[in-house]
Formats: sequence, structure tokens, C-alpha cells
Amino acid sequence: MEVLARSLISAFPVISGVPLWAVTLLIMVVVAAILLVFFLTFGGLGSYVLRKVAGDIQVRIGPNRVGPYGILQFLADGAKLILKEDIIPAKADRFLFVLAPYLVFIGSFSAFVVVPFGVGLIAADLNIGVYYVMAVTSLVVIGILMAGWASNNKWALLGGMRAVAQIVSYEIPVAMALLPAVLIAGSLSLQDIVRSQGGLVGIFGWNLFHNPFTFFSFFLYLTAGQAETNQTPFDLPEAESELVSGYNVEYSGIRYAFFFLAEFGDMFVVAALASACFLGGWHVPFFRAEALPSLWGNLLSLGAFLAKAFGLVLVMMWVRWTLPRLRVDQLMRMSWKYLVPLTFVNLLGVSLWLLVFKGKGIPQLIASIFTG
Amino acid sequence: MKPNVPVEALHTQEMLINMGPQHPSTHGVLRVILRTDGEVVVNARPDVGYLHRGLEKIGERVTYAQFMPFTDRLDYLAAMNCNCAWAWAVENLAGIEVPERAEYIRVIVCELNRISSHLIAFGSFTADMGAFTPFLYSIREREKVNDLFEAACGNRLTYNYARVGGVSADLPQGFLEKTKEFLDYFEPKIDEYNNLISYNKIFVHRLANVAAISADNAVAYGLTGPNLRGSGVSFDLRRDEPYSVYPKLEFDVCVGTGERGVLGDCFDRYMVRINEMRQSVRILRQAVAQIPEGPVLAKVPRVFKPAAGEVYFRSECPRGETGFYIISDGTGNPSRLKIRAGSFVTMNIFETVTRGLMIADIVAVIGSFDIILPEIDR
Amino acid sequence: MEPQALFDAVKAKFGDAALELQVTGFRPAFVVVAPASIADIARFLRDDPAMRFDSLMCLSGVDYKDRFAVACHLYSMRHRHAIGLKAYLPKENPLLPSMDAVWPAANFMERETYDLFGIVFEGSKDLRRILLPEDWEGHPLRKDYKYPDFYHGIKV
Repeated sequence: MEVLARSLISAFPVISGVPLWAVTLLIMVVVAAILLVFFLTFGGLGSYVLRKVAGDIQVRIGPNRVGPYGILQFLADGAKLILKEDIIPAKADRFLFVLAPYLVFIGSFSAFVVVPFGVGLIAADLNIGVYYVMAVTSLVVIGILMAGWASNNKWALLGGMRAVAQIVSYEIPVAMALLPAVLIAGSLSLQDIVRSQGGLVGIFGWNLFHNPFTFFSFFLYLTAGQAETNQTPFDLPEAESELVSGYNVEYSGIRYAFFFLAEFGDMFVVAALASACFLGGWHVPFFRAEALPSLWGNLLSLGAFLAKAFGLVLVMMWVRWTLPRLRVDQLMRMSWKYLVPLTFVNLLGVSLWLLVFKGKGIPQLIASIFTG
Repeated sequence: MKPNVPVEALHTQEMLINMGPQHPSTHGVLRVILRTDGEVVVNARPDVGYLHRGLEKIGERVTYAQFMPFTDRLDYLAAMNCNCAWAWAVENLAGIEVPERAEYIRVIVCELNRISSHLIAFGSFTADMGAFTPFLYSIREREKVNDLFEAACGNRLTYNYARVGGVSADLPQGFLEKTKEFLDYFEPKIDEYNNLISYNKIFVHRLANVAAISADNAVAYGLTGPNLRGSGVSFDLRRDEPYSVYPKLEFDVCVGTGERGVLGDCFDRYMVRINEMRQSVRILRQAVAQIPEGPVLAKVPRVFKPAAGEVYFRSECPRGETGFYIISDGTGNPSRLKIRAGSFVTMNIFETVTRGLMIADIVAVIGSFDIILPEIDR
Repeated sequence: MEPQALFDAVKAKFGDAALELQVTGFRPAFVVVAPASIADIARFLRDDPAMRFDSLMCLSGVDYKDRFAVACHLYSMRHRHAIGLKAYLPKENPLLPSMDAVWPAANFMERETYDLFGIVFEGSKDLRRILLPEDWEGHPLRKDYKYPDFYHGIKV
């Protein structure tokens, strides 16, 4: 940010009188606004795509009335939610009830800060990137528990408690499944992780093909990520047919919109992290995006990243509409008895591999045979 | 690992949760009063009666023929079966001989309705379990059955097709060919459903070993239909107390086998319904081939006064046996009309079977029993 | 088993409690018994090896204009035969022993009979109204039932 601020000041001498911190702050606000717009657009269009995908899988059409092919449906839904009456249950804990959606939204949105969109397109390349995302997405747990408790509704409370148990339990496999990528890159920073996958041409630089353990890790991460974002088969906290929408049953209007958007944001964060850590991030196959002039390089890498992230979001939606739901004890068992040991073994495997092969993956080893 | 805090010092409380009467998975206006200890159910008491319309009292004020539309509303997903059950009961009471073509038509529409009722049971059950997609597939198949019924009697849900002495109108031209087309289209779909969801690991884990009912308990608690057969009891009214033209038709009685868990668990009851759809297809093929020409309505006097007497007649409906206990005193209206519905008696075992299950299992149990509230409440 | 043979067996065991056999015009035939011994006769019918009526098909209350009755329809899965069991009750204070210890299936049906007729089943493990609200007054299926005008202020 500071570098950008300095370069802006030197480019536009007219604002050289303004102190550095003000320009930096202004840039931060602008970047946050851009991210927010992206977040909201993704939430809206994502819901449209979700419904269309659901329709395709379920042999029906999906939205097709509002706008051509129903593409403006999300605007209509958004307008409806904003115009709805704001109902707070009489005996609800007002302060917590109002605070909960914001916490969930913040938990989801603040992870966007470290998502590497392109070669130079990252809001803040924190050197604790992965760690930061893990920490910040845990805010969602408090928000959901607050929502469940403050609603003064036993069903909401059940949903909230299930959500807490689920998200907290699946945090461990999520973190453990991401660590192999960190080990290979030698850094927690997401830009470093992406850059470390750029060595070879095409898709062979990807961490996915680095060694069998990271290959496995990718799928473990997607599974745990599906659980983190409360998607079927792990959607017990908001199981429609059992808990009647669980922890957000008493929410209506904009407050509900916050929960809804936060869910899409979480989905994108999981997909973005998966593509950044395992699928090469913004690397374009058979191209050196860093070598291109700055604007084109950025755009191309942004396109590649978004394609990968959206592809993974599509996979998550696909799984959502196919599989039935796990029961609470089965969910817990899956996390603690299966995913946690598997991810630990995985981590051990990657560490040993890196030790034995001195940090090289299978494609790199094959390449080094050919090059001498 | 022992907790540091002695368990007695932890203050736990049972939660009293109300499930219903408005709830996405209670298959109607069923209220279940749950007392839970966390996620484990201590006691689940069903509270029925939200849809009580006094059908039995109404039956005492209308004539036998006028009661036919009320039987549609008894189990609206299997309305043809209920219509025909009432018609058979009254014919049994008055000793009316029904023409053979009418009996074949009744069997055809009853079996088609059994297929569509089991499709809804299958679809809504999987939707309750979280797999939303199979429901849409089963609706797609059911639409075709609805089209057939619309051609036959004009209605898609409450058919009012059977009459005392036969059926109200003959099948339209092309009905039998279209039925054959539907059967050819539908039979492979059952395998598709099995591939898609029936043996899916998550689905099986949700249902296996949940709410297992032994054969003795099933009989003692009065379970009937697929619920009874799911516990391994091979009893089907169409084979064991045959009525209409069922003696001329060949079919197997589908029984639960405990293939994925304990015998008599939710999965067995679910698989019995899937297999029964296959058998219904088999019956339909034979009926469509064997149906003779002839009249479709016997001559029944306009003012119909059966002789005094009492009769209990039961027939196999998709949700169990529907029995009519009719007391006639020689007038045109029944003196007492008691409807014995399969779902009502099935709710009897609900409280016993749900002890110790988790809340998510309650939904599985309700879905596996395939209850429908109008039948329970009448 | 033929209804007459069955009736004779019951009469042999319970003597005067077995009152009459209704055959013509009744399908299945009814064994009319004294109300006080209906639970014992039911148990006998369930346990006797020749009869084995292990399934209660239907239990209903009836209002013959001068008296009530409780009519049970029984079926044997083992021997595949059916019989009816009937007990006539006086209009004032109709009560008889509960059969839900013999067939658990009887519980809901007895509750329904109590709800709609007011027939009390003694010894029932749970006798409450089932179809109507708990505070409803009257028993609708009785022939002399008068509909209330208001229920909780709502015009009926």
C-alpha cells in the first residue's frame, strides 16, 4: 500500500502536500470498496448460478423470467430483501441479534484481503496470509452462535450449536490440508505460495501434481471446506427439512441477506484458497504472466484465477445438489476420526517427501532428469 | 478421558421442542412434542388431530354414493386406492357383482396410483434427508401418471373415479397404449434411482439401524402395508385376502431383508417401497394385457338401500391397509362408518420406536413410515 | 376356524361372559361378550394356539340408538382367519377394561373411541383425547350430539 501511495504521490504532484497516511488510507478505502463490490456481485450472481445449476441437475429450468435467461433475478431478490420489514422477535436479545449478521459478514469478507487475484492484484500481501485467513474465518463461528442464541428460538439454538461444533471441528482438517502448500512454498504468504508453483510450464508446476500427498490434500481440503461453509452434505446447521433453516430462521430482510452473502463469500474464499494453494493460483498455463506488461499480465492472471476459483465453486454447488445430508454424530465422527488423522498423516508425508527429495515434486524431478 | 468437573455438578436440562404442526418434513400437519437431552431424543410424542374433519360423522349423513368424494380426501396421494376401497366395501356389504372390465380398470388405476404414491414417498423422503434432486425426478415421473389419470377421469389429484358397482366412465381411447409406454419408460428409472441415491453411502448410513422394528412388534402394534413388510413379515392383502381380480395377476410380495442394517430398520421400509413399484409395473403389464371388453358399471338402484348388516372390508393401499367397517340399518345412509387407516395405527408405535434416537433420526422415521395426515385425522 | 367352534371354545373357557354369536349379515362374525371380561377374552384369543389372533385390525365404538358397543376386528397372521369381538355398553357411564396390554395397537384406537364416544377404557396406559382438542366438550360421534355454538369464542 505504502509503495503504491508513494508512486501515486510522485505521479500526481498536485497531491504532494497531502500526508502519506491520508493517501494510503484513501487507497485502502478504494481497494476495500472494489473488493466489496466484487463480494456483492459474486454473492448475487453466485446465487443466480446456484439456482440455474440446481435447475439443471434437477431437470427443471431455474430462474428465467427476470431479465434475459433470468440473469437479473439476483437484483430482484436483493431489492426484495432490502425492502422487507425488519422483524426482531419480541424476546430476542436485541444487541446480539443485530450484531450477529455483521460478525458473520466480517468473518467472511476480511478473508478477501489476502486472496491473490492476479500478479500484482492482492489487497495486502500479508506475510502470514494463510494463518490470517484461518484466524479471521473463525469469527463466523461466534456470529452464528450469537444468531442462534439471540433468536430466542430453540430450533435456532440447536442450529447454532450444531454449526459451532461443525465449524470448529473442521477448522483443523482445513488448516492441516493447507499446510503442505505452505511447506512447499516455505512461506505463509499467499503470493509466495502462488509464485512457488510457477516453475514449470503448463499445469505441471501446480502443487496438485507435486507429490501424491498434496494431491490427496487437495481433496481433503475441498471436503473440509465444504463443511466449513455449511454446504450439503454438511449443511446440518441450516438443514431446511429438519431445522427449518436453523440459526437464521428468525432473520428476515437485510439481516438474512448478510448471512446469505457471507455464505457465498465463504465459498469463494475456500475455492480461492484451494486454487491458490493447489491449482497454481493466477498462473496461466503455458504463459509467463509476470513477464507481460503490467496491465495485460494482471488481467490475464486475474482471468485465470477467477476461472479456477469459479470452477471450484461450481464443483461445490454440484456436490451440494447431489448428496444427502450427514447426521450430526456422523459429521463429527468424519471430522475427528477420519479427516484429522488423514490430514496429519498427509502433513507427515509431505514433510518426509520434501526432506528426501530436497523440495522437488514429481514434475520437477522428471524435468531435472531431462535437463541433466 | 474423564472431565475435571464431576458430572453431577454440570447442570443439564432437557429441552422441550415443538416440531410442527408447520414443519417441512412432517408430511402434513403433524405435531411432535420432543423432549431432548441435547441432540438425543428422550421422548417424542405425536400430537395428531389438526386435520380432523369429522369424516365419519359426515358419512352418517350422506348416502353411500355421496361418500365417494370424501374418500379422495382420505389419502389424497392414493385417492384411487381409497375410492376403490370404499367401492369394494359397499359392494361387499350389498352383494353387488361388478363387471370384470370395471375390476380390471380399478386394478390398473390403483396400481398406477400406488406407483405415484410411492414416488412421492421416495422423493419427499430423500428430500428430507437432504438430497433435493431425486424429488424432482420422481415428480417428473408422477406427472406422466397424472396425465394418464387426467385422461381417464379429468382430475389430477382427487379423482372420484370409482362408483358403487364399477367406475364412473370407461377408459378413453389410447389409454392402454399410453400406459404401456409409461411402463416401458418408467421401469428403467427405478434402477436409476437405486444408482443415484438408494445405495449412496451417506443415505444408507442415515437409515440403516435406525428404528428397527421386529416382526412381532410390527404385528402387535398393528403396522400394515410396506411398514409391516419392511420388518420381514410377508403379508400382503392382495395375495393373502385377495379381492377384485388380483387372483388372476402374478406378483411378488416385497419383504425387507435387512440388507444394509438390522431387519426392520428405516432402510428396509424404504427399499420395500422401491421394490413394490417394480411389482406394480409387473401387475400393470398383466392387467393391461388381460383387460376384457364389457360394461364398466353394474346396475345399482338409484336409491340404494343395502340390507341391514355389518361388514368390515380392507384393501391394500400404499400406506397400509384401509379398512371400512360399515354398519347398515337398511336405510340409504350408513348407520356407522368407521375408517381404519394405515397411517393412524402406524403412529401408535412412533413414541416407542423413537426413544434414544437423534433429532435428525425423527425425520428419517417419519419419512420411512410414509404417513399422511388426512388419513390419520380423518 | 369356524365362528361357531370359536364361540364354543370361548364359552367353554369363560362361561356366561360369552353372550351370543352374530353370524348372518355380519362379515366377519361377531362374538358378543360381557364388557367386564373383554380383556381376558382378548388375551385368550391372542394366546390360544388354535386361534392366535395376534393382530387387531380395527377397534371402533358404535352408537346403536339404545346402547353403545365396542367392536374389535381380530385377525390371525398364523392361521389366516378373522373374527369380531363385540361388547354392548349402557348409554350412561360406558366403561370396559382396556385391551392395550393385549395388543399395543389398541392404544390409539381406544383413545379415538374415548374421544369420539366417551367410552372409558379402564387401565389404559394413556387415555386422552386424540383427534379433538383436549378441552373440547362432548363426544361428537354420539347420535345425540349437539354441536356447541362457540369454542373459545370462535363461532363453530
